[in-house]
Amino acid sequence: MSADTPKKEALFSAKNRRLLFNPLNKENPITVQVLGICSALAVTVKLEPAVVMAISVTLVTAFSNLSISLLRNTIPPRIRIIVQLVVIAMLVILVDEVLKAFYYDVSKQLSVFVGLIITNCIIMGRLEAFAMGNKPWPSFLDGIGNGVGYGWILIVVGLFREFFGSGTIWNFPVMEKLGVYNFGYKDNGLMILPPMALILVGVIIWIQRARNRELIEENK
Amino acid sequence: MYSNAYIFRYASIMVILVAAILTSVALVLKPYQEHNRRVEKISDILSAAGLEADASNAVEVYEQSIIEELAIDLSGEVVAIYKDGGLAQGEVRAFDIDVKVVMDEIAKGGKPLLPLFHMRAADNSEVFVIPVRGKGLWGPIWGNIALAPDYTTVIGVSFDHKGETPGLGAETNTTEFESQFLGKKILDESGNFTSIKVVKGGVANSSDVPLQHGVDAISGGTITSNGLSAMVEDCLKNYVPFIQKRKAL
Repeated sequence: MSADTPKKEALFSAKNRRLLFNPLNKENPITVQVLGICSALAVTVKLEPAVVMAISVTLVTAFSNLSISLLRNTIPPRIRIIVQLVVIAMLVILVDEVLKAFYYDVSKQLSVFVGLIITNCIIMGRLEAFAMGNKPWPSFLDGIGNGVGYGWILIVVGLFREFFGSGTIWNFPVMEKLGVYNFGYKDNGLMILPPMALILVGVIIWIQRARNRELIEENK
Repeated sequence: MYSNAYIFRYASIMVILVAAILTSVALVLKPYQEHNRRVEKISDILSAAGLEADASNAVEVYEQSIIEELAIDLSGEVVAIYKDGGLAQGEVRAFDIDVKVVMDEIAKGGKPLLPLFHMRAADNSEVFVIPVRGKGLWGPIWGNIALAPDYTTVIGVSFDHKGETPGLGAETNTTEFESQFLGKKILDESGNFTSIKVVKGGVANSSDVPLQHGVDAISGGTITSNGLSAMVEDCLKNYVPFIQKRKAL
């Protein structure tokens, strides 16, 4: 070790904490950067697939960020996008295979959307913008942060859609237990359809911007 | 700057490495995935026959309730029988016959063997379960139809699909839709094959489909409903020679 090595940064320094927590709120990939919307509409009909999708995307963003960051000094710039895609594709196939082996029902519900994690803009966006130029540990945290930032929106949307669309939470028949069907209550069929997910994401964006004025764009 | 040779080397090594990782993982996980697919197939058959089971005990329930698995040819002859854990006749186990392959071959004019599951239902009565497969709006749809020992009356069905529209075509795998098939007939009074049609606008309002040969379609899921109707007809009609031979006994 040479004498001029910079002092080792703490694992959870203020900077690293920001990497982890900013994507949850003011740099949220879905509500602020508006990335990954397609899968957010498709897998949030029920809570369970939303949670599995959230976990899968978090793992893929975290580990692809980590691998690309480890390789960043060896990757020839001319083929960097291909390298990134190969790493992402490999991780996604791993996730898909594991789901098929151990969570078969959920894997069937998610169907093509596990494969489509490959095309999720959040992941490539983070690799290009962050992992290519940062050390492995911060990249890993950035991946976790963005995955969770994507995931919590999915879970909230999934919760509302399942509750109002199917009357259940995690397949537990809440509405039936409450007995509201006896008073003529009906599940809202619109909740099951993709447009409602878009509207719910819109509501989340609305609440978030009402609470955090910095996020509101200036009118030009 | 990186040389072209470096780029080629980099890309080749990376691709070979990734391929090796994925191949080994696929090999390790394959037995689990196969098991899941088997359990799913068994659960579908059991559900049509009205037997309750979940993923953990499906295999066990199936083994207790199966009387024999028959493989029959298009002329209605029984070619192979599998029972009590071994082949009693012929060389094909009906369970291993893939209905997708069967339907493809029939479409091409081939003569494949058809699977039929002879089972004992929960109330000890016998049922015959026929697997079916067809096309929905977005992808394949499939299921099982359970017939009473008279080979005519439907006593249970289970349908599933790859990716029909939630709330519309996807409703075909709900109990509400499936229970409509109970008590419907696949043969008319004179014993001729008359499939069960999925009728748009409701079978009660239809002038050309009798009540015992039709169920109500799903509103907004017309193409899935029509596909299901065609699937039931296309698959069941292959079994008609067998059924008529058995009924003549």
